[in-house]
Amino acid sequence: MSKLLEVTGLTTRFRTERGAVMAVDDVSFDVDAGETLAIVGESGSGKSVTALSLMRLIPNPPGEITAGTVMFEGRDLLKLSDAEMQAVRGDRIAMIFQEPMTSLNPSLTVGLQVGEPVQLHRGATWKAALEKAGELLMRVRIPDAKARVDAYPHQFSGGMRQRAMIAMALACQPKLIIADEPTTALDVTVQSQILSLLKELTRETGAALILITHDLGVVARYADRVSVMYAGRVVETGTARDIYKRPQHPYTRGLMACVPRLDGALGSRLVPIEGQPPDLSRLPPGCAFAPRCVDVTDKCLLSRPVLEDVGGGHHKACFVPANAAAGVPAHA
Amino acid sequence: MRAYVIRRLLALIPTLFFASVIVFVTVRMIPGDIIDMMIAQNDISANAASRTQLEAALGLDQPMHIQYVRWIGKILFQGDFGSSLWQEQSVIEEILSRLPTTFQLGFMALCVALVVAVPVGVWSAIRQDTWGDYVGRSFSILMLAVPSFWLGTIVMVFPAIWWGWSPEVRFISFWQDPVGNMLQLAIPAVILGTSLSAITMRMTRTMMLEVLRQDYVRTAWAKGMNERTVVVRHALRNALIPVVTLIGLQAPILIGGTVIMEQIFVIPGMGLMLLEAVSRRDYPIITGVFLIVGVAVVLINLLVDLSYGLLDPKVRYR
Ligand SMILES: Nc1ncnc2c1ncn2[C@@H]1O[C@H](COP(=O)(O)OP(=O)(O)OP(=O)(O)O)[C@@H](O)[C@H]1O
Ligand code: SF4
Ligand SMILES: [Mg+2]
Repeated sequence: MSKLLEVTGLTTRFRTERGAVMAVDDVSFDVDAGETLAIVGESGSGKSVTALSLMRLIPNPPGEITAGTVMFEGRDLLKLSDAEMQAVRGDRIAMIFQEPMTSLNPSLTVGLQVGEPVQLHRGATWKAALEKAGELLMRVRIPDAKARVDAYPHQFSGGMRQRAMIAMALACQPKLIIADEPTTALDVTVQSQILSLLKELTRETGAALILITHDLGVVARYADRVSVMYAGRVVETGTARDIYKRPQHPYTRGLMACVPRLDGALGSRLVPIEGQPPDLSRLPPGCAFAPRCVDVTDKCLLSRPVLEDVGGGHHKACFVPANAAAGVPAHA
Repeated sequence: MRAYVIRRLLALIPTLFFASVIVFVTVRMIPGDIIDMMIAQNDISANAASRTQLEAALGLDQPMHIQYVRWIGKILFQGDFGSSLWQEQSVIEEILSRLPTTFQLGFMALCVALVVAVPVGVWSAIRQDTWGDYVGRSFSILMLAVPSFWLGTIVMVFPAIWWGWSPEVRFISFWQDPVGNMLQLAIPAVILGTSLSAITMRMTRTMMLEVLRQDYVRTAWAKGMNERTVVVRHALRNALIPVVTLIGLQAPILIGGTVIMEQIFVIPGMGLMLLEAVSRRDYPIITGVFLIVGVAVVLINLLVDLSYGLLDPKVRYR
């Protein structure tokens, strides 16, 4: 059976004052129906650009998708016409953004915004769409949902707005939901509620989920598989269990070392690894991680490693075998 | 919202008080003396006795603050703005008979301004840095640079020279012939409207660009909307909030513009009345017109603030 989503060689470039920047460089991954894939990485590693590229929402100029294919339900999204792509967005693929405070339109009611996809894609009347919005708000457990259909976003708390965003995403029962750091802007106590809700609802509707996060605790708890990004590239990918128990790439191991054990892991954040995230306009010719890597060898400075199978669908892009590395030991 | 309206209305009282003082005082400071003019015109021999007599008859012999209190008292308690110093004609009646024409011209000009500015501004923004944008922006700079009185004069003069055509000078009243009346006012309204549209257009463009960068517009796109729905349903309303304020701020410019247009196109509105009164130092008319204009500006800005409520729910629920 073919995958729900198959991304191959996706490359997105931004023109900036400091020259062209490959924010996403030759990225490949896939997602099965109903599966949860986590994309993790430090700030600026290209997670959001990857997500927006899938939706073809990269602002152009300055951005442009220069290569790759995004096969979704048998079609390459990058080859669709604008109108065909509009029919996919919000209906087959929905997206939830990081900033619940600004992602809702301040001058329209929450109900209108939540019901809008139904009106757009199902040709429902506004009356039916608003009714549906009431049901959806109830499903994401907004208290007093029916009455809140006519409320405006400023009358909602951050957590409630993100619930409304989830309701909006679920409106047309999409096959894939992309959630870009859906809880980063929220209180710690609200974060796990929102993620559990998201996970539960995707399980109920059978939707696949791409969960973008900083938070490795989230990865361990909610993801089936993980792709780790660094400087616009995927440097390691595998099952959540493999990544957590046997991280192969020195970068992933560095991230893991910053995280407390599985049990208390929820809510913990990535503490930056020694050194700065790279300047994408001045990447070294070899491995982008080399300046910060504890295992760096001469070869690393000359050529760029590509993803290779290390067994059981677990891939990493690094020249040095993990067992030979002197770096941080993995959690065993 | 109710409390908000009441608060705003109360705030008008001091504003209008200061406006009335300024109006009253500055009008008396226009150089030139009405007594001299009357004496010259009526060929009265200018001896001191007849001077004081005339002053007393017109009530101009009192100190200024007494004159002010008399004037404002009559307005407040009797609705009486006094009468012309030259004719025995009631100022308020004259103003009321001319106000509708001025209002109509101003309103038509405002409509023209909005009909030009909003679509062009929006188009400029969503097609930023394309040909359409450049044309729109150049047009707006041109309109900023060309004064409306110049354009009005050109329209008055050149067709007359080239084709022997000139706008009708005899005023057609709306009640006699609505279509003829609208057509007659159309030319000055278009001239005034396009020149007003320049700033509004730039403001619309800037605000639209700003709003199009907002997260909620990205959300709208992510829902699968086409460009038109994104712009009309999700962006336009938010972009127009500051534009509405701008319209309020432009109200004095609009009124000043109608005065000029009335003069050029000989339209018997308040503007023409004002200019005649100024040239004859007819103080009650000048102060009366200014006061009415002041009230109009203040009310327009109040309306603008209240219309926020329609556009911005945060205001409505305050
Ligand atoms: N609009 C843009 N213009 C220019 N460059 C951009 C733009 N958006 C993103 N980039 C570039 O892409 C890089 C990756 O950005 P992206 O937003 O994908 O990072 P991220 O992994 O989502 O980080 P975060 O965790 O902070 O959200 C940025 O460092 C920047 O160089
Ligand atoms: S390739 Fe070399 S520099 Fe890059 S991560 Fe592996 S060991 Fe470090
Ligand atoms: Mg991001």
